[in-house]
Amino acid sequence: MIMIFGIPGPLLFGQLLLGLINGAFYAMLSLGLAVIFGMLNIINFAHGALFMMGAFVAWILLDTLGIGYFPALILAPLIVGVFGVILERTIISRLYKLDHLYGLLLTFGLSLVIEGLFRNAYGSSGLPYRIPDVLQGATNLGFMYMPNYRGWVVLAALVVCISTWLIIEKTSLGATLRAATENAPLVQAFGVNVPRLITLTYGAGIALAAFAGVLAAPIYSVNPNMGSNFINTVFAVVVIGGMGSILGSIITGFGLGVVEGLTKVFYPQASATVVFLVMIIVLLARPRGLFGKAA
Amino acid sequence: MFGFTRSQYIAFLIMVALIVVSPFVLYPVFLMRVLCAALFACAFNLMLGYVGLLSFGHAAFFGMGSYVTAWTMKFWHLDAFFAMALGGLTGAALGLALGYLAIRRSGIYFAMITLALAQMVYFFCLEAPFTGGEDGIQQVPRGHLFGFIDLSNDMTMYWVVAAVFLGGFLLIHRIIHSPFGQVLKGIRENEPRATSLGYRTDDYKLIAFVLSCGLSGLAGGTKALVFGIATLTDVHYSTSGEVVLTTLLGGLGTVFGPAMGALIVTSMENYLAQAGAWVTVIQGAIFMICVLAFRRGVIGEIANWRKLTL
Repeated sequence: MIMIFGIPGPLLFGQLLLGLINGAFYAMLSLGLAVIFGMLNIINFAHGALFMMGAFVAWILLDTLGIGYFPALILAPLIVGVFGVILERTIISRLYKLDHLYGLLLTFGLSLVIEGLFRNAYGSSGLPYRIPDVLQGATNLGFMYMPNYRGWVVLAALVVCISTWLIIEKTSLGATLRAATENAPLVQAFGVNVPRLITLTYGAGIALAAFAGVLAAPIYSVNPNMGSNFINTVFAVVVIGGMGSILGSIITGFGLGVVEGLTKVFYPQASATVVFLVMIIVLLARPRGLFGKAA
Repeated sequence: MFGFTRSQYIAFLIMVALIVVSPFVLYPVFLMRVLCAALFACAFNLMLGYVGLLSFGHAAFFGMGSYVTAWTMKFWHLDAFFAMALGGLTGAALGLALGYLAIRRSGIYFAMITLALAQMVYFFCLEAPFTGGEDGIQQVPRGHLFGFIDLSNDMTMYWVVAAVFLGGFLLIHRIIHSPFGQVLKGIRENEPRATSLGYRTDDYKLIAFVLSCGLSGLAGGTKALVFGIATLTDVHYSTSGEVVLTTLLGGLGTVFGPAMGALIVTSMENYLAQAGAWVTVIQGAIFMICVLAFRRGVIGEIANWRKLTL
């Protein structure tokens, strides 16, 4: 057996993989938060609730309509994304002229409502979601056995994160989006429908959260608290990375997941708090965040 | 002497009269819950209403105050006065440490940082042996105040809680209407300008934060003493959310709003106790309605309607 720093190799790699998976969720969620914050100037507190909703929609699709995992991976983000678009049009758009804090408070209330409704309907014990047959089993990588589904989650998250980054940085749509983030009235003067752009951005950010939710469904049990368990850590991730950069959110998300995984190997008691400790260090050394722009 | 305007003076007298009369009409334990929540909300309002910083982690100070009071009462058999004072000091000390970090950012980041730091405190309480983990610290004796006032009687306890609340309320009012408080409002309105006038705004914010956290700790400690229990709920972020709701519903930046909000929110929880998870849904819905249509809160609306300062 390989030993690394006195730790059995498989244990180390196993925790690293778990860390990468958590990191994948941190990355996808903080990415969505960053994109939404850039355009709407609100912190979407309901992000965790909508992540949970994505997992539930996938479960409901399977349970009532018999729609399997892979179609759900497309359908659930679409459904939840449309829900997000409706929310933005009917409620959130009323707040743009107010202090940013009201957006935070409103979406906090929204998350309470959504979580409460799901708790009423499905209880809080959690519902199992089966890993699809294709992704069952494990692969021997030589140094460790990797459960196929976990490998898939990391891969899918990477692909989605990098595509989002490419869309924002390399396409003309992304260029318009970045321009509108910098100076919305000017972009509107050039004939771009900025309110629609804002709505679609919110919908896309929500769809990203829902996509993460579907990926998470087979790993964690589908339960109403799964989002709020994540979202507090994701806020710390956002503070560490700073919201200025898309790539920064992705790197910070994965990086902190790995740090958390390593902490679980070397000092398990601190694994729940290590992200917050990193946040404290970053606040002391570089208050604007690792990738943040100066305020 | 506390800088009350005429209308505030009348409102204050009404509030005191209600505090004196109500235990003869209503259940004192319920009223004590309202008063603890009211002190907590008043302390929170000092930060959000007068400095303009939204702390989403006030449960950490409330909860740690609650744990320390419960622990010192149960295992050190301290006098209730010292146990509550220690609760307040714990809140203030923790506020100094976390506030030092959090005031490095403002606005939305401040909210996220305080939330994350409070979450860290929550995980600490979950793991640390002295909090009793999931069980919390139970069966805390109420003990004696100043050695001779037996607090096991609900009515005696009520008067003590009422005195603590009124003391905290007047202290906050005094702080707000002192020159220090005026600087705080100045920072809220225009921080760069306050800086350019030579005020060290970070110091002002930190002092206000520590005061607010100390009073939150006192509220938590008092609550632990009344109910004889300190649990993880006290440090959970839902408690932080609840105090935001309380203050917003009562009236942000008003003197009497937080107390009114505490009365409404606590009564609601009391009467909806059987409704289970619907309480969260209703609270969330009230949150959204407040933000969308009712940003002044109950007291703020009354003040605006009657053209008064409350």
